[in-house]
Amino acid sequence: MPSLKDLKNRISSVKSTRKITKAMQMVAAAKLRRAQDAAEQARPYTERFTAVVAGLASSVGQSASAPKLLAGTGSDKVHLLVVMTSERGLCGGFNSSIVKLARARATALLAEGKTVKILTVGKKGREQLRRDWSQYMVAHVDLSQVKRLGYNNAQDVARDLLGRFDAGEFDVATIFYNQFQSVISQIPTAQQIIPAKFEDAEGASTLYDYEPSEEAILADLLPRSVATQIFAALLENAASEQGARMSAMDNATRNAGDMIDKLTIEFNRSRQAVITNELIEIISGAEAL
Amino acid sequence: MAEMLQFDLVSPERRLASVQATEVQIPGADGDMTAMANHAPTITTLRPGVLRVIHANGSDDYVVSGGFAEISAQGVSVLAEQALPSAEVDQAKYDGMVAGAREAHDAAKSDESAKTLADMIAVGAALGLAAR
Repeated sequence: MPSLKDLKNRISSVKSTRKITKAMQMVAAAKLRRAQDAAEQARPYTERFTAVVAGLASSVGQSASAPKLLAGTGSDKVHLLVVMTSERGLCGGFNSSIVKLARARATALLAEGKTVKILTVGKKGREQLRRDWSQYMVAHVDLSQVKRLGYNNAQDVARDLLGRFDAGEFDVATIFYNQFQSVISQIPTAQQIIPAKFEDAEGASTLYDYEPSEEAILADLLPRSVATQIFAALLENAASEQGARMSAMDNATRNAGDMIDKLTIEFNRSRQAVITNELIEIISGAEAL
Repeated sequence: MAEMLQFDLVSPERRLASVQATEVQIPGADGDMTAMANHAPTITTLRPGVLRVIHANGSDDYVVSGGFAEISAQGVSVLAEQALPSAEVDQAKYDGMVAGAREAHDAAKSDESAKTLADMIAVGAALGLAAR
């Protein structure tokens, strides 16, 4: 049975924890709004870009001269998994859900006899993967110094990827990130970016003149499309991270509240018990006289 | 009154402009072109350059680099990797852009990157800024 003083100390410590989680929740809410804004601002670009590239790809894609980024290297031996996670923790299952998906994919690929390489973006994913998968990890991109995600961050990652692709280090690249659905639901997503894959490759409705040639434009745009997709994924991830943190902190705040209630009841009970005890002692002392 | 066309300029980070314009001068990879209403549908890649939009209230200049322009009968949408209103481009920003192009050229050493760098320097001349 803890003493009254112990209980009092615990209550005050839980109270200050609640203040911290509450503050973190509010900070996450503000950051979430900004991250969502950024994702929204980027959407028109990504959508138009993908539409045009998909249109081009469907018209050029069948020819033998199609660029490698679209047609692939002709084999799918070596897979590069780009695992995008956050730089900070305390955001619920955000990082583990991405890592879990990536791990499942890596295990499946290994079972098929393929070679797996892992590139991590964000510190948390690297920490989680390092224990079992360190022999597969080839590189890490550190974004911890980045205050505000910009397109140039995505370009850096894309340049790294394309350099490795040109050097023949891998055949297929897949990015893993969390798609932002709402504050309470983020969907871990795997998306193949090299060779480029377009889901709705319906031909463009209007026939365009191309200047320079279709192939030249496609060759120019495909590397940019890699950067665009990475940028979109980074933004989705940033919004998801803040959303996950917000709901995790909301839960923590609520749990702290429950704990405070419970501890307060216990505190009051033991105080009452002490008072009753003293009364009994006084009364029985008086009776004995 | 000339016919109007819808002009959109978007960069990955934001939408810079969405206006009704009478003509748009685009720095295409194969040369400058001017798009007006009912232009034949065209897609062209961009070289670093100054894009000028002429609309009812005057004209706006933007420095763009990378990306493409999609011209249809109804409008022009320009998707540029880097885009800034000319007025916002000062010496420091311009130096950064030239440094970026130079770095890319040093890494790639290709004809394309050399052209990009040359175009970037030409942008400076158009804006009255000196490349260092």
